[in-house]
Amino acid sequence: MNVQAQKLAEVTEVAGRNRPVTPIYLDYQATTPTDPRVVDAMLPYFTQKFGNPHSRNHQFGWESEEAVEKAREQIASIIGADPREVIFTSGATESNNLALKGVMGFHKDKKNHLITCVTEHKCVLDSARHLEMDGVEVTYLPVQPNGLIDLAVLEAAITPKTALVSIMAANNEIGVVQPLAEIGALCRSKGVYFHTDAAQAVGKIPMDVEAMKIDLMSISGHKIYGPKGIGALYVRRKPRVRLEAMIHGGGQERGMRSGTLPTPLCVGLGEACAIAQAEMPEEAKRLEALRDRLHRGITERLPEVYLNGDENHRLPGNLNLSFAYVEGEGLMMGIKDLAVSSGSACTSASLEPSYVLRALGVNEELAHTSIRFGLGRFTTVDEIDMAIEQVVSAVSRLRELSPLWEMAQEGIDIKSIKWAEH
Amino acid sequence: MSYSDKLLDHYDNPRNVGAMDKNDPSVGTGLVGAPACGDVMKLQIKVGADGLIEDAKFKTFGCGSAIASSSLATEWIKGKSLDEAEQIRNTQIAQHLSLPPVKIHCSVLAEDAIKAAIRDYRVKNKRADAAE
Repeated sequence: MNVQAQKLAEVTEVAGRNRPVTPIYLDYQATTPTDPRVVDAMLPYFTQKFGNPHSRNHQFGWESEEAVEKAREQIASIIGADPREVIFTSGATESNNLALKGVMGFHKDKKNHLITCVTEHKCVLDSARHLEMDGVEVTYLPVQPNGLIDLAVLEAAITPKTALVSIMAANNEIGVVQPLAEIGALCRSKGVYFHTDAAQAVGKIPMDVEAMKIDLMSISGHKIYGPKGIGALYVRRKPRVRLEAMIHGGGQERGMRSGTLPTPLCVGLGEACAIAQAEMPEEAKRLEALRDRLHRGITERLPEVYLNGDENHRLPGNLNLSFAYVEGEGLMMGIKDLAVSSGSACTSASLEPSYVLRALGVNEELAHTSIRFGLGRFTTVDEIDMAIEQVVSAVSRLRELSPLWEMAQEGIDIKSIKWAEH
Repeated sequence: MSYSDKLLDHYDNPRNVGAMDKNDPSVGTGLVGAPACGDVMKLQIKVGADGLIEDAKFKTFGCGSAIASSSLATEWIKGKSLDEAEQIRNTQIAQHLSLPPVKIHCSVLAEDAIKAAIRDYRVKNKRADAAE
């Protein structure tokens, strides 16, 4: 075995299967490969143009600063913001932490109420929990069965003590897109800041901080074909959003986030935004067509497959399906040449199935059978057709193996059986 | 997660998949686990006149480890007496398949399924004896 084949074998062994096959990547909501055009833009800033962007006294610093400021403009442009409103961070997790803890930290003496939603990313929910320990009151809004929040419920939750509403733009598991403009208008009318975690949305669907009246927005690099380790937080200037810094030091990023900016990563995020902005209209259409082809291809041949999340208000590249009577992890093992993810308990350390699906009211049985297909820039029609074949064949085989499928065929209601939960 | 070749073989080529008539007095049926927990195993045994398990069938809803554990269980109990089959421990199944720690519960479920099938057979036949 030559070195490369050996390496490949090792990689696939780690992935759980002992065969040297490169699977089809359908997990674009987990992360994306860095676009080669982005890498090209970044490379000079590792070696020749290595200056500290904060060095004010020489050429090295100036060219680095220029590159960082160009990136800031590219990021601002894709969300309709002013470049001065863009703060670089290490990623969307840090952006979300800074938005929640920063805003609540600054305002909590006067307004100590935060509103968020049960289907948010863990970094928002965990920041909210942390704030609760500091005495902040948090309301966790429920979602409707389609995954969207109810605006009337949000309105009823806002009190004179509410400082911030944090609702994600697009959900990472089920891909549903919240009614951002309506939420923004409501928050503005009540004098409440609106933060949105847009890690999954920026570059995929049009985002506009003015039209949507967004005050803070979290952005991730690696979800949009940029590098890992970089993100941004949009912080509105007019009317000005005040927040407390979490990382203290040299006062970079208008004092909101100290630390030397990683020029190559900033350049990469900027370039990723520029490419996404230029290609979005066509790319969204292409992905929607591929996603619908996948959905149709599967449901035409398999009964009892259910879509999780709203059918219309969703990301072009997301399809989350429950395959009744087939457990998600068992299914992933059967579609070994597809890299997907599952809402099944077995994929995580905890034994609970996906909290997002549970919040939608999807029953636990079905939550265990869900698979998320994430399509992206490098997904092809051939890959989708291969995915359909694999899914149909694996689900058919596993249903023949499933005692629940057998009972369903015999007309036995699974809920009528007294199960011994373990 | 990395799985052993033995486990993958049982997942790809499960032994003794199927169902037997649960009303047949010589058949014992065990149904363990719960759909809400993501694992359900149905294991059936057919006991011959000599008291030995002459056939075993299973169906499992669950992850690859659960499918492999139940497949292996059916393979092991065939030809054994009920008392011998009852001696099979989950640790033996886990060891044979090299189950990772988070998957030990799959082997526990397989042991439970064997015991539940034997129990069902015994209850049924006690009743049959009493009726005679």
